[in-house]
Amino acid sequence: MFNPFSLEGKCILVTGASSGIGRGIAVQCSKMGAQMVITGRNSERLHETFSQLSGEGHSIICADLSCQEGIDSLVEQCPLIHGVVHCAGIPKICDVKHIKRELLNEIININEIAPVLLTSGLLKKKKLKKKCSIVFIASISGVCVSNVGEAAYSATKGALSGYAKGAAFELAAQGSRVNTICPGLVPTEILTLSNDLFSEKQLMESTMYKYPLNRYGTVEDIANGAIYLLSDASSWVTGINLIIDGGYTLN
Amino acid sequence: MLLDEFISSFAAEFNDTPVDVFKADTDYKSLDEWNSLTALSIISMVDDEMGKTITGSNLRSCKTIEDLFNFVLTL
Repeated sequence: MFNPFSLEGKCILVTGASSGIGRGIAVQCSKMGAQMVITGRNSERLHETFSQLSGEGHSIICADLSCQEGIDSLVEQCPLIHGVVHCAGIPKICDVKHIKRELLNEIININEIAPVLLTSGLLKKKKLKKKCSIVFIASISGVCVSNVGEAAYSATKGALSGYAKGAAFELAAQGSRVNTICPGLVPTEILTLSNDLFSEKQLMESTMYKYPLNRYGTVEDIANGAIYLLSDASSWVTGINLIIDGGYTLN
Repeated sequence: MLLDEFISSFAAEFNDTPVDVFKADTDYKSLDEWNSLTALSIISMVDDEMGKTITGSNLRSCKTIEDLFNFVLTL
């Protein structure tokens, strides 16, 4: 059957695959035929993801991307890949007045420095094939909108989007593509993101009306975007922010 | 930290509410200026000044500033 979205024959690295969007992307990509290399900090949860993968030939590399040794170790162990999805990230909620160096260091290190330096490492060690696809999970927060308490988080995601454009330009020469996905709210993150500021019920009532499609996102919604950007269906797509937000940014 | 100091720190997170409004028995959620931003500021203030982590649901379950102070002391 004609299927331009197939990932058959492609080897894909996913960071942050031990939970949430990263896990969802790893699972869905394996269903599309990809051979997955999944990475994360927590070995036990990585194995849970691994057990959900379809097909065979997948591998696990446990690595802590918050330090250079972790990034180097992942690059070293990584096989030759056709694509990478950078999902590892942390949300931090803090009002502007109370943002401190410590918080900034932590969130920028995980959300921005790690994916950027992992990309450098993969390119330098020639682990990415020509015509590869690099995908960063950014957010509508920072790229399109923001909210109370999200300034520091938005800053990291906006930075990622800017970086992706520069990298897209540079890597286009070898036919490689670099894009971001900007998800709206996916409930795996609700409580951490909101710092439990509102009860879940309050949150649902106070923000649901901002989603014209009348629901929050699922990890599958985001994974389908990743499949598109990793597949040959998006061969002429580079440097974009793919917004998957149920219409939130229409407001 | 003493209750009086806690009340001063609590009051300092507000921009438009006069300082003398803040008392031990102030029902903080009834203040006009109480919203998601001031709630977040209080969470940060408690973290900064008392080294304790409180959540939104803690803020919801306490009523007065003194209730909140006593709750933080139990952490």
